[in-house]
Amino acid sequence: MAYLVSHPDEVKVVSKRFGKGATSLDRYLELDGYKALQKALTMQPDAIINEVKASNLRGRGGAGFPTGMKWSFVPKQSPKPKYVLCNGDESEPGTCKDRLIFEHDPHSVIEGVMIAALAVGAKTGYIYLRGEYRYLVQIMEKAVADAYARGFIGKNIFGSGVDLDIFVHSGAGAYEVGEESALMESLEGKRGIPRIRPPFPAVVGLWGGPTVINNAESLASVPHIILGGGEWFAKLGTPKNGGTRLFCMSGELERPGVYELPMGYNLKKMIYDVAGGMVKGKKLKGVVPGGSSVQIITPDEIDVAMDFDSLPKVGSMLGSGGVIVIDDHTCLVKFALRVTQFYQHESCGWCIPCREGTDWMKKTLVRMHSGGGVAKDIDNLKYLAENMLGRTFCPLGDAAAMPIISYVQKFRSEFEDHLNGKPCPYEKAAQPVMV
Amino acid sequence: MADITLTVDGKKLTVPAGTLLIEACKGAGIEVPFFCYYPNLSLQGACRMCLVEIEKMPKLQTACTTLVAEGMVVTTESDKVKQARKSMLELLLANHPLDCPVCDAGGECELQDMTFKYGAAESKFMDLKNHRDEQQWSPVVYFDRPRCILCYRCIRVCGEGMDVWSLGIQNRGPSSIIAPNKEDHLECEECGMCIDICPVGALTSGAYRYKTRPWEMKHVGTVCTHCGDGCKTTLGVRRADTGMQIVRGDNRDKSGINGEFLCIKGRYAFDFAHHPERLPQPLVKREGKLVPTTWEQAFDLIAKKFQDALTSDGPTSIGVIGSNHTSNEENYLLQKFARLVLGTNNIDHHRTADFPAFASALAGKQNTTASMRDVFSAPAVLLIGNDPTEQHPLLAWQIRSDVRLHRAKLYVVNSSAIKLHRQATSFAQIVSGSEGNFVQFLAGNDKAADSVVSPNLTREALTTLRDALKNESGLVIIFGSELRGADVKALVDFGLAQGAKFICLGDYANSRGAADMGLYPDMLPGYAPVLTATRYHEEWLDEIPPIPGMNLLQMMDAAKNGKLKALYVVGSNPIARNNIDPFALSKSFVIVQDMFLTETASIADVVLPVANAYEKSGTYTNTSGDVQMLKKAGEFAGVRNDFECIVRIAARMGYDVHKLVPFGGAGTRADMGQTRGAQSGESDRHAVWLASHNLEPKMSPYDPTAMLDEIQRLVPGYDISRLNLLAGQDVHSQLVQITGATGMGDPALIMPANDSLFTSGTLGKFSDTLNTVYERYSPPHDLEMAADYDPQVRMGG
Repeated sequence: MAYLVSHPDEVKVVSKRFGKGATSLDRYLELDGYKALQKALTMQPDAIINEVKASNLRGRGGAGFPTGMKWSFVPKQSPKPKYVLCNGDESEPGTCKDRLIFEHDPHSVIEGVMIAALAVGAKTGYIYLRGEYRYLVQIMEKAVADAYARGFIGKNIFGSGVDLDIFVHSGAGAYEVGEESALMESLEGKRGIPRIRPPFPAVVGLWGGPTVINNAESLASVPHIILGGGEWFAKLGTPKNGGTRLFCMSGELERPGVYELPMGYNLKKMIYDVAGGMVKGKKLKGVVPGGSSVQIITPDEIDVAMDFDSLPKVGSMLGSGGVIVIDDHTCLVKFALRVTQFYQHESCGWCIPCREGTDWMKKTLVRMHSGGGVAKDIDNLKYLAENMLGRTFCPLGDAAAMPIISYVQKFRSEFEDHLNGKPCPYEKAAQPVMV
Repeated sequence: MADITLTVDGKKLTVPAGTLLIEACKGAGIEVPFFCYYPNLSLQGACRMCLVEIEKMPKLQTACTTLVAEGMVVTTESDKVKQARKSMLELLLANHPLDCPVCDAGGECELQDMTFKYGAAESKFMDLKNHRDEQQWSPVVYFDRPRCILCYRCIRVCGEGMDVWSLGIQNRGPSSIIAPNKEDHLECEECGMCIDICPVGALTSGAYRYKTRPWEMKHVGTVCTHCGDGCKTTLGVRRADTGMQIVRGDNRDKSGINGEFLCIKGRYAFDFAHHPERLPQPLVKREGKLVPTTWEQAFDLIAKKFQDALTSDGPTSIGVIGSNHTSNEENYLLQKFARLVLGTNNIDHHRTADFPAFASALAGKQNTTASMRDVFSAPAVLLIGNDPTEQHPLLAWQIRSDVRLHRAKLYVVNSSAIKLHRQATSFAQIVSGSEGNFVQFLAGNDKAADSVVSPNLTREALTTLRDALKNESGLVIIFGSELRGADVKALVDFGLAQGAKFICLGDYANSRGAADMGLYPDMLPGYAPVLTATRYHEEWLDEIPPIPGMNLLQMMDAAKNGKLKALYVVGSNPIARNNIDPFALSKSFVIVQDMFLTETASIADVVLPVANAYEKSGTYTNTSGDVQMLKKAGEFAGVRNDFECIVRIAARMGYDVHKLVPFGGAGTRADMGQTRGAQSGESDRHAVWLASHNLEPKMSPYDPTAMLDEIQRLVPGYDISRLNLLAGQDVHSQLVQITGATGMGDPALIMPANDSLFTSGTLGKFSDTLNTVYERYSPPHDLEMAADYDPQVRMGG
């Protein structure tokens, strides 16, 4: 069980059952479980969608697309079956929120999937778990089995005449399938590579049927919205950014962990108050505020509201809510290398710029970090990233390119410190290697 | 569909709705580069070369996946687009080995062309390249991983196009690699389509690799000489000690009826042409052994033996067997030679389909045969018998493509689950040998169903099938040699009632031509009975013998009984193909024209070494009746073509060759140089030069074009566009003008070749590539070997 942290500023909505034994169905029911579903069963599908729209809930996977609007794109009539997918392929470095939901409150995800299915008229829901989250598969499968045993899922749920099935599926270990169309390919048993869009999943998705696909945190928020009302949820956050968010604080912090804070909470306060500030003796060098794919910001930029609209003003993004704090003992070239290595490893290889670009950047960074860099490498890194940006088949290429551009822009001197045979200033013993 | 107007680079284009932007641009002459896009294959959007700017879209968009929209404004040449293309090439070249100087694709490489046009001359890459060793996947397919740009064309053409699905992707990211289906090798149809479609030199041909540079070859687009489908194959030819060497067969010229397609035979099985056992000079039997002789002595001997037989036993003591691989002109000449010079109707060939019954059933009906191209766009296809995947690979491709791209309905009626049943809307597995009864059932005889139904096929299903077929308009009906005689007639009558078109499947490259040109004892060209007065009787300058001659089996019987004094076999191997006891021919003087010492040639008294279809000009008619011109790719030193041999024998017998070949006479149209193997530009220059010197194009009695003139004038259906033929196009010959055809060919004489994808009759035995592949797919116990088998000594056995 992951270590749970807490802070007085937290507004516990999605995390309100964390640490309370809600994996047990009885316990979940004591904690208002499946009430939202029963309420939703009495509502018209449009009313559910309107409630979610009113909540200003924006996709928690990272793109921030309004959830209610996404649901409203699904055609009312469809010759093919409709599906609801829960994207639990949480793989973004620095992000570890969905796993807490699956671990502590699995039924909230099931309930969210079912409410989404009612809203769009789907009869089947899938909960797709990241391949590496093997231990969560057991928890989720038990939760689904328990709910089936009570008749909460399956035929005629709660005597409403509605039939609904839920299946849990585990990935095979690929960051790429966090992309919604690649996830559907993977779920269909194929290679996890993204699809050409349009058509979008809402129209042609899983097995060709209209499909709603949402992040696990988004879906786990839905029961609370139905019970508490969209307006209540919206007011928890800032205008246009409804509700709360699970922020994953990592790095050399005194109290790292996952905190549920209102949307728009100040980043500086988050670091120095909520997470207890930097570990003694270390100073803040930069922050990656939304998972490894977003741009780095410098300490003088951190006085910013953590929502989808404010971070772009300082040249970054809210992303997945993974706040990675970088201290002054960390080599930024090594950090760039680690990030690039991840994308190089996770690139599906489908399109040229991502496949070749990440590999090239990784080779360059390995060489630079070991002291084999030359002056033109720095511009070349930026050139590569800029030529990947916006030209790849799916956003993975952008995710690999955006951070590199920002590292070079904001921390160019650190790259220059590695040139012409100079070993990494942070690792005196390193030897130059050519890759 | 409604039209859409959009603007590309300031040009206003109007295209049908549903058009891809990349196709709209292509149609307007605006080039958008691409690697992974390929017409008629699924879209990938993977190579990102076709990125263009579209107004109101923040990012560059791939033209290959974008559908045109009303009012769309597109820019294909902005700085942003140019930079995107350039960087895409830089990224590709980073890991590319740049071994262009030794790469097979050098000079024919799309990556080279793109880099030349859109790329950067300098490279920013300075690290080690990812490398993997070259792999051999099959006798004919090699894979060089570092050169691969992962466009996935090979995977799609193999899966979607061929329905073989033997290629896939392994690993991911920069380690992604195209992988074969069986661990480290391929098990597939060995068609080589993956090699043809590869834009770079990643997939290379076992037959061609590292042999030459593409610009050292002459590229001659001619007709494949194996099965009856008539694919156009482009031969890459180089000079060699023996005259010329074919180094490559490929689909460089995609204008043929086969479009993209070629199978293993069209692509690799040209190698029989320089097989070491190819005969370079005439042979004559002395003291029981075939020994070399000169052409003059051989012709003298043949003429003398023919004369002797005519004098002693009369014209009926001589038999002639023609070929399914010789040209229409040669076949026409051969039967004319038999009838006029020898004065006998004893002429036949190895029949593989009942074309006479087919012609007879269709006699006088307009527009009732389907061309190979028609199959691609037919709304519905009925296939009875045969296994096109093995025996007519192009036809199978056409049917598959029709189903895949046009959602055509395919009805397969076969005694086994042939591969095409996977594309079938309806598959009726009938009892083996009941094809004829099935047709009778179609024609309305319900009782005939008794022998057709099987555990796999109920009577109800048969009735449903018949009802469905009756409601199909635009049906193309294709049938194999299982149907003969009255069954063909019944099927044709059934189909004609609803406006269907037909294809009758014969097995070799010019089987249809042999039939059309009258290699029958009872029929003249165009299936005209010898008994009735025809245009040939009017035009030919000698009398046609008035009684039908002996067919092939009757000739063999006559030979056995000592009544056949001489047998003239042109490009045929009856001993092997028709299972004739070689001893039967011991009492006859046997003359064989062939490339090799086949089973028949090895017992002959005289063997004349001749040219094959790649070494001569003329025309071929494929099984569906499409006429195409053979273009001479080069010569093999020492041999002559069958046409010349026939004419020389006639001349040596004292016959006036003007009566045989109407050369130099009125109405003869000039050869454009094709007889000399001239290419289009060259032939034009030749014609211009002749005209400017007030010279007639030279005609000789050995010029098949003169014979083509007569064929076009006299043979029904062959009055086709000479210009289109010369331009290398396929021209469909209809059986329309056939009248009075009797279809009296004996159905029992039909012996299908039953070749597989990896065999090709006698020719196939001399193709090392086919043999290597065949042996690879045949379990060892299938190979029978004599106790004294020596792989170094390979008689045509």
